[in-house]
Amino acid sequence: MSDHEYVPKSKFGKWFNDRLPLLSLASHLADYPTPKNLNYWWTFGGILTFCLITQIVTGLTLAMHYIAHADMAFESVEHIMRDVNYGWLIRYIHSNGASMFFLAVYIHIFRSLFYGSYKSPREIIWIIGIIIYLLMMAAAFMGYVLPWGQMSFWGATVITNLFSAIPLVGEGIVNWLWGGYSVGNPTLTRFFTLHYLIPFLILGLVVLHIWALHVPGNNNPVGIDVKKPSKDTVPFHPYIVLKDGFALLMFTIVFAFFVFYSPNILGHVDNYIEANPMVTPAHIVPEWYLLPFYAILRSVPDKLMGVVAMLSAILILVALPWLDTSKIRSAVFRPLYRQFYWILVADVLILGYVGAMPAEGLYLLVARVATAYYFIHFLLILPILGFKEKTIPLPLSITEPVLVGSPNLATVKKKEGLN
Amino acid sequence: MKNFFKIIYLVILSLISFYQANAAENADLLKEEWSFKGLFGRFDRGSLQRGYQVYNEVCAGCHSIKYLTYRNLSEKGGPEFSIAQAKAMAASFEVIDGPNSDGEMFTRPAKLSDKFVMPYENKKAAEAANGGAYPPDMSVLAKARSGGVDYIYSILLGYEDPPSGITLDDGVYYNKYMYGNNIKMAKPLSEDIVEYADGTKATEEQMAKDVSTFLMWAAEPHLEARHKMGFKAILYLIILTVLVYFSMKKVWSRIEPEV
Repeated sequence: MSDHEYVPKSKFGKWFNDRLPLLSLASHLADYPTPKNLNYWWTFGGILTFCLITQIVTGLTLAMHYIAHADMAFESVEHIMRDVNYGWLIRYIHSNGASMFFLAVYIHIFRSLFYGSYKSPREIIWIIGIIIYLLMMAAAFMGYVLPWGQMSFWGATVITNLFSAIPLVGEGIVNWLWGGYSVGNPTLTRFFTLHYLIPFLILGLVVLHIWALHVPGNNNPVGIDVKKPSKDTVPFHPYIVLKDGFALLMFTIVFAFFVFYSPNILGHVDNYIEANPMVTPAHIVPEWYLLPFYAILRSVPDKLMGVVAMLSAILILVALPWLDTSKIRSAVFRPLYRQFYWILVADVLILGYVGAMPAEGLYLLVARVATAYYFIHFLLILPILGFKEKTIPLPLSITEPVLVGSPNLATVKKKEGLN
Repeated sequence: MKNFFKIIYLVILSLISFYQANAAENADLLKEEWSFKGLFGRFDRGSLQRGYQVYNEVCAGCHSIKYLTYRNLSEKGGPEFSIAQAKAMAASFEVIDGPNSDGEMFTRPAKLSDKFVMPYENKKAAEAANGGAYPPDMSVLAKARSGGVDYIYSILLGYEDPPSGITLDDGVYYNKYMYGNNIKMAKPLSEDIVEYADGTKATEEQMAKDVSTFLMWAAEPHLEARHKMGFKAILYLIILTVLVYFSMKKVWSRIEPEV
């Protein structure tokens, strides 16, 4: 929060602002002191906001033409692709937008993991973020069901069937989810309703996410606390607005390339075959962004334990601020954590790869090892590392690494020696 | 920043190659130079028109294209027949309409606004007439098979005598590009099975190429508009990005020396 109280210049502005301080809010957002050493990994928050708005706007337009009925959904999507003015554009933005959204959110999450942005005092921001991520997965999964292709139908069947693993009430819950005894029209209509609702829940949570961010302010690549406002910070506008804007434009170029030149490459060909309950596709695979969790699910032989493992893999992140016992935030000053961080990145990529492969032979073995390592990273390595690791001394302020271009142990030491 | 873009680039590249590897399970499909691939890809108009002829004379006996409308034949970016031609093509089919004021259904010649007439009344009838195998609707076929248009092209040219030791049931044929090599569709193309209106020699390769092009268009009728808009959109974005980049540099230069 800026120190000075904002006073509107005009009389009407003052009258309005006394009753509803919208102008004060705008002024706070514009002046919001941001660490000046943020790198481009920090631009993905803005990019994600853009993704959410894009999905909502294109989604609203699609919903005007889409028909949520098992007999008409597939046809109505083709109607959008063929007969609605620029319907193909809107649908391809929406379907590729989901992938872009997840690409950005994974970068955003892994940035947070690298620079320790989840640590005190930012735990609430982090936990809200995890809830947003969970809702995103739910929304994406249900959205993939709506075109009512083969992958829609069978993906929905596989995922909803997971609930049957719950002892005693499992079967009942599955029937309740389906609204019948198999995935069918009632399932489609409720998925459509929820797919429409969830983005607005996410929007609300994003407001809380940003609100919670504006209390302690941004973390930064050095990971030390910044005095705000000070010479370590810049006002959000125009500095960060321009920088985020530049990064967003780079991102939209990649986005546009997918939309205009390979709009179907991230989807599955089977989803252009209309849903057929009598024919099961050879391989049922979820969209790429869910593959690591799919691999974890399949690597456990027991169905119930598989579901538990998959859910734990996400929910374990909620406990992360307390599992990571190190007081140092940024991996820049944690030489050992930095190595384990990259192993984790590789581990998740491997899980994603084996998630797309049939669960047999070597793939299954690799999936099991990678799953075990995923949990070991969070449950064993991180807690122990906090006590054992010898970290690099932190600089006194972020100005220093800004000056030399990168945090440099030698200059830090020299400065300490001078003092 | 350099590292940043390097990593992003690698992520995207691996994503794409991963999916391509995934999609190209049958990697040894016949590859054809398609005019509609690439940044400026456009359909070959003549090929689309010939492709429609092949579809109409060879495929349409069994395969429907239920999401195409006769008016599409004269629309921009498609085969671009003249409206009179498209009307005449539509009129050669009969559709059931009604009920009329007497409550009776009646047949009439198809109009531009009608969907392509299907060869069978329903899926069951199609199966019954084809030995239990449903000839898939071709509306989005070029997007519904891994390998896409190359797959269709390969299937059409992939008929062979079965290798010795393999005996095939009645009504089953050997195709080296089909999954499991068994296909219930008899070899559809043979030289000069159609007589092209434009005088092009109707070789098997020519017909396979033309009808594959036609099916790609049927699956993606706005492909040309998409490529055209994509080029403009990306060019615009690149220019804007450069402008914003220099604005950013200018604004940030205000504070950096001060530190």
